[in-house]
Amino acid sequence: MNLARARVRRPGRLAAEAAALLIAVVVAFPLYWMVLSAFKPAGEIESSEPRPWTTSPSLASFRRVFGQQEFGRYFLNSLVVAGAVVIASALIAFLAATAVTRFRFRFRTTLLIMFLVAQMVPVEALTIPLFFLMRDFGQLNTLGSLILPHIAFSLPFAIWMLRGFVKAVPEALEEAAAIDGAGRARFLWQILFPLVLPGLVATSVFSFISTWNDFLFAKSFLISDTSQSTLPMALLVFYKPDDPDWGGVMAASTVMTIPVLVFFVLVQRRLVSGLAGAVKD
Amino acid sequence: MSAPPTSPQDAVRGRPRTAPRPFARTAVPWLYLAPALLVLGALLVYPVYQLGLISLLHYTQAQVSGGEPTTFEGLGNYTELFTDDQFWRVLLATVVFAAACVLCTLAVGCALAVLLTRVRAVPRLALMLAALGAWATPAVTGSTVWLLLFDADFGPVNRLLGLGDHSWTYGRYSAFLLVLLEVVWCSFPFVMVTVYAGIRAVPAEVLEAAALDGASPWRIWRSVLAPILRPILVVVTIQSVIWDFKVFTQIYVMTNGGGIAGQNLVLNVYAYQKAFASSQYGLGSAIGVVMLLILLAVTLVYLRLLRRQGEEL
Repeated sequence: MNLARARVRRPGRLAAEAAALLIAVVVAFPLYWMVLSAFKPAGEIESSEPRPWTTSPSLASFRRVFGQQEFGRYFLNSLVVAGAVVIASALIAFLAATAVTRFRFRFRTTLLIMFLVAQMVPVEALTIPLFFLMRDFGQLNTLGSLILPHIAFSLPFAIWMLRGFVKAVPEALEEAAAIDGAGRARFLWQILFPLVLPGLVATSVFSFISTWNDFLFAKSFLISDTSQSTLPMALLVFYKPDDPDWGGVMAASTVMTIPVLVFFVLVQRRLVSGLAGAVKD
Repeated sequence: MSAPPTSPQDAVRGRPRTAPRPFARTAVPWLYLAPALLVLGALLVYPVYQLGLISLLHYTQAQVSGGEPTTFEGLGNYTELFTDDQFWRVLLATVVFAAACVLCTLAVGCALAVLLTRVRAVPRLALMLAALGAWATPAVTGSTVWLLLFDADFGPVNRLLGLGDHSWTYGRYSAFLLVLLEVVWCSFPFVMVTVYAGIRAVPAEVLEAAALDGASPWRIWRSVLAPILRPILVVVTIQSVIWDFKVFTQIYVMTNGGGIAGQNLVLNVYAYQKAFASSQYGLGSAIGVVMLLILLAVTLVYLRLLRRQGEEL
């Protein structure tokens, strides 16, 4: 029984639904315009009478994007970085969340507060020391210079969010497993892990997005080797403030946005219940 | 804090199986924590320490390339910063801009969450999908799309509003407004989805009772929902403060690195420009430390709120 059903007979409902649809259109409009502009021929984008449709869709902008530089490679780079961060931070966060929820030990509360504080650290402020750290370890201009810091920065939030999911698994299950002779590792990976997986998916949305969107680290750490570039940097090649190639920018933007959209639609349900679990516990 | 087993004896009481091994029980959690602590220590704690250190040094291109030795400057960078009018202007702009973003995001997010609970499945799905789309849009693409929408020559918004070739990025306030719109657009979905999930968890009877008693929607929100949802509202508020205080990409892309003559700089972009554009790493680090301290203060407020709610960590 939810609120929607409880109010079915209210007269204001139609007005509310009209408003919801209108707002949905307004919110989706920028995305629609992005895709539309990507398919418009050059003459129609750079026209002083922009129309919300196109009669002659063209792939010219996409061809320019994929032809002009190694766009496919940047796409792959972005995927590798985001994939590595999502997997590594999910595993590490799972272990840490298990430790802080299923065990009582000294400094546990202190650690939790530290994870919370770590969430607040402005990543961007650390660009300078991280730049020198990466330089000293010879990681500048490599994808590692993006992967490592992003694992670190997505961990605190992931641990904090996973807590609720790990806590929700009843203690009795652990005891039952122990009685049945399952060792600690076996319980961890074959029982607890699958049960917490929905939570891991919800958590990984955040690490995926922050990594996929990263612009500052890519801009600061990948200074000379453009073959290691990621999508945000590649996109901005088309965006020159004085004379932007709008068709190219929008086509590149579309290509960059689609994987995230797909990811989101796939995990949508998990995300909503995940957020509810994370804030409720 | 509740009282689940706190000692090995409690944990195994009534379980005749094996004798407790105190060492294993204390070592295991640390073993599980080791990877996280290692990563965080090396890539978060150590850089924070380094940031503080660099902020006390005279550190420019010459020191980076090893041409000149680094010299300890004490609080020199901070003195330079605090006597610079631009720093105070940027600080003020950052605080006001972040506050405006947070307020707008929360207002829009909460209003739409309530709206979602009052409509049938189809409009709800439409709004949810649109919001997820906005949420999923990377900051860089969102920024460029909004720039095109508001473009002076080719943008549909100026045509629609009959503004001719009015440039949104030229004036300081209109540029900030444009960035604010984009930030709210891509950050309200988090608030909306979270608050909506929270409202769904409220028993329907409570709301029906309020509605039967003749409470207006606003009254229901203020007197019934808001108190129940307080923990969630605290979380989304703090999360928004943190995100909006650190806005970088939108400002950098939309105002082309901080606007004309730096009129749209916020602390984050300011630090970046000082450090990487003009190679004053020491000064840039000092700005970073200031940001860190401000967000730390926000965190302490958050922790106090959690404590007052009696939340168990």
